[in-house]
Amino acid sequence: MAVITINDKDVELADNERLNLIQAAQRAGYEVPHYCWHPALTVVASCRMCLVEVGEKKPDGTLAMQPRVVPACQTPARPGMVVRTNSEKAKAAQAATLEYLLLNHPLDCPVCDQAGECYLQDYSYKFGRGYSRFKEDKIIRPDKDYIGDNIALFTDRCVMCSRCVRFTREISGTAELQIIHRGAHAEIDIFPGQPCNNKLAGNVVDLCPVGALCSKDFLYKQRVWFLKNTPSVCPRCSTGCSIVVDHHKDIVYRLRPRANPQAQGWFMCDDGRFGYKYINAADRLISPMVRHDKHTFHVGWEEVLPTLRRQVRQVVGEAPQSAWLVLSPWLTCEEAFLAVRWFRSLSPQTRLALGPVPVIGEDDRYPKDVHGNPPPPEKTRFTIRAEKCPNRLGVEAILRHFESQVQTFDAVLAAANKGQIQALYLTGGYPEPWLSDEQAKVLEQVGFVVVQDILPSAATTLAKYVLPGATFAEKDGTFVNHAGLAQAIHRAVVPPGEARNDARIFMELAERRGLPHAPTLRRELAAEVPFFALLKEGQIDPLGVFLNGKQN
Amino acid sequence: MPVKPEEVRWVEPPRMGLWERLYVPAVLQGLGTTLSHMVRPAVTQQFPEEEPKLPPHYRGVHRLNRDEQGRVKCVACYLCATACPAHCIDIVAAPSPWPDREKYPETFVIDELRCIYCGMCEEACPVDAIELTTLYDLTGLTRREMLFDKEKLLSVYDQTVAAGTDPPRTRRGRLGPASEPLVPINQLGPSSGVGANAAHPSDNRTDSERTTLSPRL
Repeated sequence: MAVITINDKDVELADNERLNLIQAAQRAGYEVPHYCWHPALTVVASCRMCLVEVGEKKPDGTLAMQPRVVPACQTPARPGMVVRTNSEKAKAAQAATLEYLLLNHPLDCPVCDQAGECYLQDYSYKFGRGYSRFKEDKIIRPDKDYIGDNIALFTDRCVMCSRCVRFTREISGTAELQIIHRGAHAEIDIFPGQPCNNKLAGNVVDLCPVGALCSKDFLYKQRVWFLKNTPSVCPRCSTGCSIVVDHHKDIVYRLRPRANPQAQGWFMCDDGRFGYKYINAADRLISPMVRHDKHTFHVGWEEVLPTLRRQVRQVVGEAPQSAWLVLSPWLTCEEAFLAVRWFRSLSPQTRLALGPVPVIGEDDRYPKDVHGNPPPPEKTRFTIRAEKCPNRLGVEAILRHFESQVQTFDAVLAAANKGQIQALYLTGGYPEPWLSDEQAKVLEQVGFVVVQDILPSAATTLAKYVLPGATFAEKDGTFVNHAGLAQAIHRAVVPPGEARNDARIFMELAERRGLPHAPTLRRELAAEVPFFALLKEGQIDPLGVFLNGKQN
Repeated sequence: MPVKPEEVRWVEPPRMGLWERLYVPAVLQGLGTTLSHMVRPAVTQQFPEEEPKLPPHYRGVHRLNRDEQGRVKCVACYLCATACPAHCIDIVAAPSPWPDREKYPETFVIDELRCIYCGMCEEACPVDAIELTTLYDLTGLTRREMLFDKEKLLSVYDQTVAAGTDPPRTRRGRLGPASEPLVPINQLGPSSGVGANAAHPSDNRTDSERTTLSPRL
């Protein structure tokens, strides 16, 4: 066990552990300011913000500090090293670097989107000085008109940390961004006619420590200090990226990736990042609806639930074999579990099936090579999966527990075609239309259809009852990603109108009292379905739990 | 928190002598005060017939200032909304239509009924775009009418400038750093007064103007 001393605190390093001094200081509880260094990117040590003093203890007990300060990001932590991150010399070097970085930086914090989460602001406050001694004219580099569909570049705010350039070279492999010109005139730019439009481009906005790269989607929408941050999981593909949902007054403004080495790493794709808009969509289902003949009526939950309960019980009682419950891969595990338990409580002979699993193309792996081809699997650093739903594995595990074989949606359609379905309970939650017109035509033969969904679709038009459900940002629960990693999602905003979260709907249908409480439901699920046994504590670690016990 | 007995200090009232116990001098003293007031000039103001003389730093209705070109000065930074303890300011920002600025308020609404007139918004404003004027007698027939939008707040500016009742707190038209072109401080000319820009283009007057602030203005 090696020991390194940081500001008189001893930090233990495991054998073969490779840390730089920023990480070692973090472990000791000291913050070393840095701009260009990012744990997922290569080290360039170009911003010079992380300067610290290093030295070592001589065998005779004296301390020999090196006369010059060194960048902590590219100095590996060695056993016996003595590091001073807050000595007079280190602090003076950090303050001087910050002053230098601010020489040409415009003072437009009031109109800058980064204000509030800007490292120039934070470090000026913590490590810098409160005023500028620079009396000369600032160099103003005009903003770039266009560098990408989703990102805007405010050139004059850039501090040349080159994080974005390294990201496009190392993570996305597309290398659109580069630094042009030299010295004080250096700026980020694209090759003419080659905009930064790769599927990971949105990450450069998060990587940018200042307000130079901004998201066009979020630009001027809200100030970040108003936003509340709720940890969640991106539902747009089976990678299950850990994310943060930023919301204010029940409106979701943006999604940001949350670092999780078990799930996806540090980043997320633009499909997920900008794929939240259906939450705020104007045409969301906002109240339960009942169809009489050709007309639909909006009704209250108190009206619809007792009649629905009675009718479902009646239909299932007549022919339990021809009553189907279709579980969407967008449901959380808890909801799927509650749904199956309710449906099976009506009759153990009822049929269960998995809803349509949207698969688009093939897994998209990064970094791309110069020809745009995906890398070999061992060099893959980010994958956008073809399976565009968050929880197929979890729902399948529940179905497999209750029914030996998982019935696909095709089986449902086939049975409907043969007239073997009397009652059909469809669960949706898909952000895109999920039922084609031909499929809807087949399902029209079913006499009694209940649809629980979030958006109007072909399914809602053929339903006798439409129940408005909730999106991932409006409920608590568990998603299981492609690798069997169970992660918790948390409620960020309230569902629109009268819409309710799906677990609550199933609890009401089963006449179970109370409101859904995810940890309690998770404990019940773990007790009944062995696949989820590791969730028996109820709470899930923020980084998730591998249900097969695998450690990463 | 209960008071502990040891913290209680008992004080004896001073003992009155014969002169005090007569009370007649005290009665005469009181009558003297009353009589002296009868011959002093009256201080009662005949509101609303008479205009009250308010101190110039009185904090009344807000106004949104204009720049030299008559555009709204506000850069939609939300700092007033952040500082507002009553949460009465609602801003929707958008990319500005002007080349010299990046952001401007698409809508800017102040709920004048919710406002507590504390003046924190004008203190927070980095470009001196929002100010409280000395107008105090704002009325409306509905709550909705008292939601002052951008046009209404700009019209308050026009009215107060025309009436020459600029708040003394204003820095008289000098924009803050966020909206200034990047010119070194030593090259800046003397600040121009807001009152000097009397010839601002008349804005597009809207319905909101119908809610009168005060017929005198």
